[in-house]
Order: sequence, then structure tokens, then C-alpha cells
Amino acid sequence: MDSLQSYLTIAAMLFSMGIYGVVTRKNAIAILMGIELILNSANINFIAFNRFGGMQNLDGHVFSIFVIVLAAAEAAVALAIVINLFKNVGSVDVDAADLLKG
Amino acid sequence: MAEYLFLFMAALVIASAFWVVFSPNLIHSAVSLLFTLFGTAGLYVFLYADFIAATQIVIYVGGILVLIIFGVMLTSKIDSPSIASSSANQFIGGMGAFAIFVMQVAVIFNTPWNIGSEQSRDATVGSIGKLLLTDYLLPFEIISILLLAALMGAALLSRRN
Repeated sequence: MDSLQSYLTIAAMLFSMGIYGVVTRKNAIAILMGIELILNSANINFIAFNRFGGMQNLDGHVFSIFVIVLAAAEAAVALAIVINLFKNVGSVDVDAADLLKG
Repeated sequence: MAEYLFLFMAALVIASAFWVVFSPNLIHSAVSLLFTLFGTAGLYVFLYADFIAATQIVIYVGGILVLIIFGVMLTSKIDSPSIASSSANQFIGGMGAFAIFVMQVAVIFNTPWNIGSEQSRDATVGSIGKLLLTDYLLPFEIISILLLAALMGAALLSRRN
């Protein structure tokens, strides 16, 4: 049970549910939550490979720290954009953001 | 005991992630994301990544999730009883996501992974600190500047004019 494949399967489930959320949700913040799920699944993969790959250093851990920092920056910028979208369009429905359409 | 704990963590992660993407109420999605992040931190503990588990709880649960809930609160009418979040293209999206999952599982179980020797279970904080200040010094500094720039840009963008 405590094998590489079980962790990779959990990460694959998280990834495909995140993809589903990004594709089907209409609310911009719900799409952001799907992206967080995808980043988490990538992190699980990094750390699982670091543990089971037989390497003696911790490169996977450092990489997942970078991913977490990028997720923080991405969440801050995305929420600023969402709040501006709400101010300009009056809703956070991504279908309503079609101002660039000719 | 550890076996059951691992199964519990995995089930928690999967079930709460399911509810994140399928819940019709946005606040329920956000609260469910909390459980997903905590369960992921538990999985990190099982992978001997103590520092990453603590970082996950501090940054994701303490920072990003609070930011997301603030975003939900700021962009919906708070007096409405349920903050709805509708979905579209559920069939096509579901089929696409399921196809991706099947492909990933096929790759996971057909690849002869190079399983190495068991990693030591020492604390990882010291080694990560040394790596960040020797091998990964340049990426560390670059990502610090990126985080600073992103936070300043976010503050500037969301300022009231």
C-alpha cells in the first residue's frame, strides 16, 4: 500500500479532478481552486519520486517549495484580477468576460 | 495502524477534492479545499517530508485558502444564503478528465520504475536549508523577487481608485 504507485494514483486522481474543475466551472474563483488541486498533485509526485527514487539528496523537496511559492504568487495575482473583473463587469462568471470580443 | 492512517488520508484527499469540483455552493468548495490541503500535508508526512508538510499547512491553509475565501466574500452578495457556482460542459469535461486519468494510470502501472534504496528518516529542514543556500541559491533569489513583484502587483491591481 505504501508504494510509489499508490501515491502516483492519488496524484493522478487529484490532477484529473482539477482538470475537470478548470474545464467545467463558470466561477473564476472555482477555476482557481481547480488550479490549486493540480499544483498539489504535482507536489505529491515530486516528493513521492524523491522518497522512492533512491536519491540521497532532497532536490524534490526544494522543487516543491518553489511550486508552493509560485502557487502563492499566482493566487494573489489571480484574485486581484478577479476583483477587478468584478468591478468592471459586475460578476465573476468567466462567460461574462467577453469585452475583447469583436 | 499506519496502513489505516494512510488509507484514511488518501480517502480524505480524494473525497474532499471531489466535493471541491462538484459542490454547487462556492463556500462549501472552499471549506472542502481545506480538508484536501490538510490531507495532502498528511501524505507528505508519510513521505518523510516534514518541512514540506508544515509549509503546506502554513502557506496553503494559512495564506492561499484565506485569500480564496476573501475573494469569494468580496465578489458575491453576502446576504444571499448560498453562493452558487454553476458548471457547464459537464459531460465533455468529465469524459476528458476521465480519459486523462485512465492514461495516467496506464502509464503509472506499466512503467518499470527505478525504485531505489530506502531513504533515511532524518529531519529534512537542515538539508533543505543547505540546498537552498548552495545549489539552489540563484533560483531561490529569483523566486523571492518574483514573489515580491507579484504581491506588489496584486496590491496595485486591487487598489481602490
